[in-house]
Order: sequence, then structure tokens, then C-alpha cells
Amino acid sequence: MSDAGKGKVPALEISNLNVFFGHGESRFQAVKNVSFVLPEGASFGLVGESGSGKSTVLRAITGLVRDWSGTIKVAGSTLGERRETAFYRQVQMVFQDPYASLHPRHTVDRILSEPLRLHRIGDIDRRVLQALDDVGLPRAFRFRYPHQLSGGQRQRVAVARALMLEPRILLLDEPTSALDVSVQAEILNLLTDLRARRGLTYLMVSHDLAVVAHMCEQIAVMRLGEVVEVMGVEQMRQATPEDAYTQELLRASLGYDRDFFSAHMEE
Amino acid sequence: MNATDPLLTVEDLNVRFPTRQGVIEAVRGTSFSVGRERVGIVGESGSGKSMTGRAILRLVRPPGEVSARRIDFMGEDLLSLSEREMRRIRGHRISMVMQDPKFSLNPVIRVGEQISEAYRLHTRASRRAARQKTLEMLEAVQIRDPERVYQTFPHEVSGGMGQRIMIAMMLIPDPDLLIADEPTSALDVTVQMRVLAILDKLVQERGMGLIFISHDLNLVSSFCDRVIIMYGGRIVETCRAAELDKAEHPYTRGLLAALPRLDQPQARLDVLERDPAWLKEQSVVAHV
Repeated sequence: MSDAGKGKVPALEISNLNVFFGHGESRFQAVKNVSFVLPEGASFGLVGESGSGKSTVLRAITGLVRDWSGTIKVAGSTLGERRETAFYRQVQMVFQDPYASLHPRHTVDRILSEPLRLHRIGDIDRRVLQALDDVGLPRAFRFRYPHQLSGGQRQRVAVARALMLEPRILLLDEPTSALDVSVQAEILNLLTDLRARRGLTYLMVSHDLAVVAHMCEQIAVMRLGEVVEVMGVEQMRQATPEDAYTQELLRASLGYDRDFFSAHMEE
Repeated sequence: MNATDPLLTVEDLNVRFPTRQGVIEAVRGTSFSVGRERVGIVGESGSGKSMTGRAILRLVRPPGEVSARRIDFMGEDLLSLSEREMRRIRGHRISMVMQDPKFSLNPVIRVGEQISEAYRLHTRASRRAARQKTLEMLEAVQIRDPERVYQTFPHEVSGGMGQRIMIAMMLIPDPDLLIADEPTSALDVTVQMRVLAILDKLVQERGMGLIFISHDLNLVSSFCDRVIIMYGGRIVETCRAAELDKAEHPYTRGLLAALPRLDQPQARLDVLERDPAWLKEQSVVAHV
């Protein structure tokens, strides 16, 4: 898939993205000069530790932060300051915590049909049932509330909701970090299948390098708001990054190494 | 006492929660022991791993009930001690580090004073001596500027620093056994490794026993000497940490296969098929 969409208009193009929080003296730059390109059908990973700005990049794309500069292009067209309704038919987001991202007092049916109502799309009944089938949930779950579902089932609902408008791009913000290992495997497989079936483009944020290596062909490492390295998945698997911080991150992801880390105990 | 003698021996531990829908058995008849070594307890949510740690210190709140044939800690039966005698054990001879330092530290007391207080409670040292000891301990957990950190409040420190402070506080009375329940799960990986290196060094230098409770198979197998794998309140398997990849139980194998790996690409991940029979098996005995 790495040469998917070559020569065509990229699905997503970010150039010189800057994001700020706060005002005046306490104005803080969370994302600094970030640029990358996702060809149609690609899967791109953003890794980094807390505060590195990786989730903020997703939030800037989807319109959840106000104070940003730079250029964001979706399928060739440049986004303005506010997101138009049509944008959400192209780009959707899945959030980290399925316990927090679903309305606790809405049934699965209402959660899934709301995007259709907002966008005045008909045939709701069939589409909701189809969505449940697509993410591997029994149809009987349609009238359940989120608290009656397990964490993995909730994340399936969140994925189904994101797909209701048949977007081309999914922004995945740590979609499995709140889940047990065995449930994580199910959700990652689901995401892999959906991408293959629908030719989706993924931009995935995670602190877990093994998860990102499993899902993505290209990976950008972020630290303190900046991209410090962009590498292909093979380079990451062979642990041959150039940047010192990337090396430490890779090392730490492989488990505890007494000799290496006892020399790095300071703050 | 020999280095190989167990510090803690647990026989037939059960933790039950009576609810309106019936009794929930969080831990079902587990037996294990811990010497001056690092023992990892791994499992997914609901496996009973955290309840095991709490039950040892008798920290399971009613209506939860703990029963065991015995919980022997260096010759004392913890189940027969009074609540007052138990306080002599807790924090002093068996300490516990929890997942998130934000919820374990008192938000309105300076961190240095909290550590000093922990020390004075167990030793009756003077304020001055406790302060001195606290600064030494902060240095031992690799905090560069102990004087400054002594004066901070918990919200002013980062997660990694907070967990260093918790470790300092738990180790200052020089316990024989430390129970660490997901001590680094809330931290970034690189910070996590630094905190583990500190824990590793202190445990080795002081010859402590460590029970390391975690959901992270990779981490446990690389950090501990021995691993106990729990499922549905039972111990399904136990092995040397270095030999975890040779584990035999289908649950352990399933967990390992479900984990994406940096060094081995797979097109799809294996999904764990849970066999209801696992819930009926006898708990494996995991003595030293």
C-alpha cells in the first residue's frame, strides 16, 4: 500500500502547522511547523509522549482547536478557519476513551443515526443495521445504552459512528489504549479490515510504537511540538532511526533493559 | 533467614464480593509465595491481580471478604493480626505503590512533609532527622534538586516525578516487601523505564521482595524474575520471566499472540478465544 495513490491528489496535506494555546504571556505553542502528506489509502502514524502535540495535530485538522496557522488540504482543497458541514463527510475521528466519547444517555441507535440526521441523509434504518454488521456488533445491540456494553463493544460503536457518513479519512486518536490486549487485537483487526474494504486513509496517533508499526507504513515521531523524525515502518522495525530521542523511545518500547536504563535514571 | 526463604506465603486465597446478583469471586483459591525477588502478577482487567495485592495488606473494603488458609509474612499470620497490629505491618514492613501518584498524595501538604511524616510515623525520629532522611531518599530516587522538590505541592510536579516521590515515601521505612500495582502505567515509556531502573536498583540494594502487578506482559517479562499469570481470579500459569515465550497455557499463549510486536510484522493479530473451561481449572500453585 505504500505507493497507493501516487501521482494523484493526496488525501491529506499538512504544511507548516502551528497550534497555540492560551493568550498573551501564557500563550504556548503546542505544535511547531509540522508538515506531512498522506496519499489516498495511506496509513500514517504519529507517535510521541504526552505533551508532544500529536493529538493536537488531529484536533487542529478536525476543527477542535481555534488558534492555528499553516495550511491543511483535504483532497486538494484548502480548509478555512471554520469547518464546513461537507468536511465531516470526508474526515471523521475516533477518540481514545470509549467510556467518555459516547453519550451515556443515548442508545446505540441514536448515537449512530445522529450524524445521518444532521446531514439529512435518509434510509436511516438500513444504514444503522448495516453499520452494526460492518463493525461486527449483533443487531440486538441497537437499543442498548453505552453502559450496557464492554469497552471493546463501545469502541466498535465509536468506529461505526465515525463511518456513518462514509468518510475517506479517519483520524484515530489512541483508539485502543484504554482496552485490554486481547480486545485491542480485535479492534486493530477491525480497523485493518475496514481500511482494506473501503480504501480508507488513516492518520493514527498512539504512544504505543508496536501498535503504530502494526497499522501504519509511515511514522512521524513528535517531541515537544515538533516532528523530530519521519521514517518508514521497516526502518522502525529494524530500530535504525537517526534521532537520539527516537532511539530511546524504540528501546523503551521493547521492554525493560537493565544495562541500558540503569545508565539513564535521572529526570 | 536464607535468601531463598519466602518472605510471604499465601495459601488458598479467596476474595468475594456479595452483590444483589450473587457473589462475585474476584480471587479464587490462589497459592503463591514471594522471596527476595521480583515477582510479576499479570492479567487483564478483572483477573484479580489488584485484589490479590490489596488482600495481602487487608485493604479490601467491606462488603468484600478475604479468606485464606494462611497469609504468612515472615512468620506472622497476617489474617490473625488485629487492625492495630496490621498498621505496624502496613507501610512499615510491607509497602504499596499505586498507579497514579495524583490520587495517592495529599494535595494540600508539601511532598517533603508527607515523606517525613511517613518516616516519623514508623521510627519516632526527630523532625530534623526525618527531613535529612527525606532529602537523602529524594536523592536516591534520582531527583536532582531535592531541596526544591521538598517544598513543592503534588500538583506542581510531573507524573514521573510524582511516582519517584511515591517510591521514596514507600521505601523510606525500609520495608521487606514492596507491592507495586501498575506503578508506571500512567507514565510515558521513557519516563517509565527511568522509574523502573530506580525501583530495580533500590530493590536489589536493599534485598527487598517485590510484587509487581501489571497488565503489560512485555514489561513484566523483561523486568521481573518470575511471573504469575492470572485469569478469572485464578493463577493459570507461572514461570521464570525469561521463559515467558515458552508459556504453555492457551490463555498465556493467546495473550502473547494478541500483542503486536515491533520486531515481527503480522498481517492480522490473533484474537484470543476464551475457553469457559479455564474458569473451572484448579488454580496453579506458584511457590518460590
